[in-house]
Amino acid sequence: MEPLMAITIGTLFAAALYMMLRRSIVKLVIGLMLLSNAANLLIFATAGMTRGAPPLVPEGLTAPAGVVADPLPQALVLTAIVIAFGVLSFAVVLVRRAWEVVRADDMDRMKDTDT
Amino acid sequence: MTPEVALPILIPLMAGAVSLVFWRSRLMQRLVAVGGSAGLLVTGLWLLASVSHEGIMVVQVGGWAAPFGISLVADLLGAIMVVLTGIIGFAVAIYSLATAGRGHEAHGYFPLMHLLLAGVAGAFLTGDIFNLYVWFEVMLVASFALLILGGEKAQMEGAIKYVALNLLSSVIFLVAVGLLYGMVGTLNMADIARRLAMVEEQAMVDALAMMFMVAFGIKAAAFPLFFWLPASYHTPPVAVSALFAGLLTKVGVYALFRVFTLIFHHSPGYTHEILLWGAGLTMLSGVLGAAAQFEFRRILSFHIVSQIGYMILGLALFTPLAVVGGVFYIIHHIIVKTNLFLVSGIVHRLRGSYRLERLGGFYRSHPWLAVLFLIPALSLAGIPPLSGFFAKFIVIRAGIEAEAYGVTAIALLVGLLTLYSMIKIWAEVFWKSLPPEGDVDPFPEVRQREMWLMAAPVAGLALCTLLIGLYPGPLHALAEASADQLLDPQGYIRAVLGEQGEGVPW
Repeated sequence: MEPLMAITIGTLFAAALYMMLRRSIVKLVIGLMLLSNAANLLIFATAGMTRGAPPLVPEGLTAPAGVVADPLPQALVLTAIVIAFGVLSFAVVLVRRAWEVVRADDMDRMKDTDT
Repeated sequence: MTPEVALPILIPLMAGAVSLVFWRSRLMQRLVAVGGSAGLLVTGLWLLASVSHEGIMVVQVGGWAAPFGISLVADLLGAIMVVLTGIIGFAVAIYSLATAGRGHEAHGYFPLMHLLLAGVAGAFLTGDIFNLYVWFEVMLVASFALLILGGEKAQMEGAIKYVALNLLSSVIFLVAVGLLYGMVGTLNMADIARRLAMVEEQAMVDALAMMFMVAFGIKAAAFPLFFWLPASYHTPPVAVSALFAGLLTKVGVYALFRVFTLIFHHSPGYTHEILLWGAGLTMLSGVLGAAAQFEFRRILSFHIVSQIGYMILGLALFTPLAVVGGVFYIIHHIIVKTNLFLVSGIVHRLRGSYRLERLGGFYRSHPWLAVLFLIPALSLAGIPPLSGFFAKFIVIRAGIEAEAYGVTAIALLVGLLTLYSMIKIWAEVFWKSLPPEGDVDPFPEVRQREMWLMAAPVAGLALCTLLIGLYPGPLHALAEASADQLLDPQGYIRAVLGEQGEGVPW
C-alpha cells in the first residue's frame, strides 16, 4: 500500500506543479486544486497505513485496545479540505473575474503590474 | 483565568461578526471598525503589561491539557506583535473612514478588515502549529478579498500572482506540518520542540526546516520568493496597502522567528547560514528594485522587501544582540512602513496620482505633510535620532560582532540606497514645482473633515516613530527581554507543558 500511495502523491505533486507553470490561468487553478489534494493525501499517509483498526474505545475501557489508526491526521485533512475548498472557490471566481477584465487566459498578457 | 490572552483574537472576530450584522448600516460599521480596533489595541496593551509582569502566559483552550488541546501562548514577542497589530488596525480604521468610500464599504470592507486583524492576532498568539496554519488561512482569505475590492484590471492581475504564490506557500506549510506530525506525533509547538531534540535523523529535520523556511519565506517576501509582493501591493485601495504593508509580511517574519528559535535551533550552522545569505540578497534585491521605480507605492513596496532582509538578518546571525535587533527592527518597521503608505494615500487624494512625474509642489502647498513624510522616510533610511537608526545600529553592530562582514557591508550599503530612494520621493513629490496643468490628473476637492481623519493617524504614527527614536530605552529593554525569551526555548516549553512535562514522552 505504501509504495502505491507514495507514487500517487508524487504524481499529483508533479502534475500540480506542471499545471501551475503553464501560462493559462485556468490551468493555474487546476494546478492549485491538484496541489491541495496532494498535500491532503500526504498528511493522510503520514499517519501510517493501518487497515481495519478504527480508533474506538470499547465499552468499559478508557483507552482503545490494541493497535489503532491515528485519528488526528484525518481531522487535519478534514480541516485542510474545508479551507482548500473555500480558498479554491475564491480562486475560481478570481480567474473568471480576471478573464472578464483582461479578456485573456494568458499570464503573459497580465504583466502590467509587474516590475 | 487570563482573558487577555484570548481577547485580542475574540474582539476582532466579534467586531467582524457585528459589522456583518449591520451590513446595511454604514454608520454602525464605521463605529464598530473604530471601536473594535481600539479594543484590540487596549487588550494588546493589557496583554503586554501582564506578560512583562508574569512571564509567558498560556491558555489551554477548552480546558484540554497542553499536548492534546490547542494552547494559546503569549510570550513577549507575541504580545508586542499584538500591540503593533492594534496600533496599525486602529490607525488604518480611522484613515479608512475618509478613504474607503461608499462602494468599498458596501462590499464588506470593514468586516474583512476585522477578519484580517483576527487572523493576524491569532497567528501571533497560537502555540499550536496546525492552528498557526489555520490563522494564516483566515488572514489570507481576508487579504484576498480586500486585495480585489473594487475589481480594477491591475488589482485582478496582481491578485492572481498573490493568490497563486500564497496558496503554494500554504500548501508547503501544510505538507511540512504533516511530515513533522508523522515524525514526532504532536502539533503543540512546545511539545514538538521537546521531542525533536530526541529525534535521531538530523537530515530529515533539516529538510523539514527548509520546507518551513520556504513556506514562511514566501509569506515574508524574502529573496528569491518575493515577486508576488511588488506585483500586487500597489494595486488595492491605499488603506488596504497600508494594512498589508504593516502586518502581512511581518506575520511571515514572526513565524520564521518562532519556528527557528523554538523548534529548529539544533543545527544553526546549516539553516541559519542559508537564512543569512537569503537576508543579504533580500536587502539588496529589494532596494535595487526600488531604485528603478518611479511610482510612489511601488517604491515603498520594494522597500518592504529590503527591510524584511534586516529582520531576517537579525534572526540569521542568532546571537543575543542580533535577535534584539531583529525584534526592534520589526517594531520600528511596522509603524514606519504603514505610515509611509498612509502618506502616499494623502498625496494621491490631493493630486490623483501615484506617479512621481505627475506630482510636485507639496512642500509649498502642504508643508505639514512634507514634515509628516520626512519623519518616517528618514527613519526608514536610518537617520538618527529616529527609530530606524537604533534598529539598524543594533543589527549592524551584531553583524560586526558575529564577524559576518559581507552581509554587514550589504546592510550598510542598503541603508544608503534607501536614503537615495527616500530623497528621490522627497525631491519629486515635495520639492520640485508642480508640473504644468496639462500633465496633472483632475482631482476632487478634499473636505476639511476628511483631511483631519487622514492626517491624524499619520501624525500619530509619526509621533510613535519620534518617541521610539528619542526614548529608545524602554523599547530596547522590551526587545532585549523578548530576545532572552526567544533564545531560551526551555522557558517556553516549561510554560506550556508545565514542570512535569520535562523529559520523557507520555
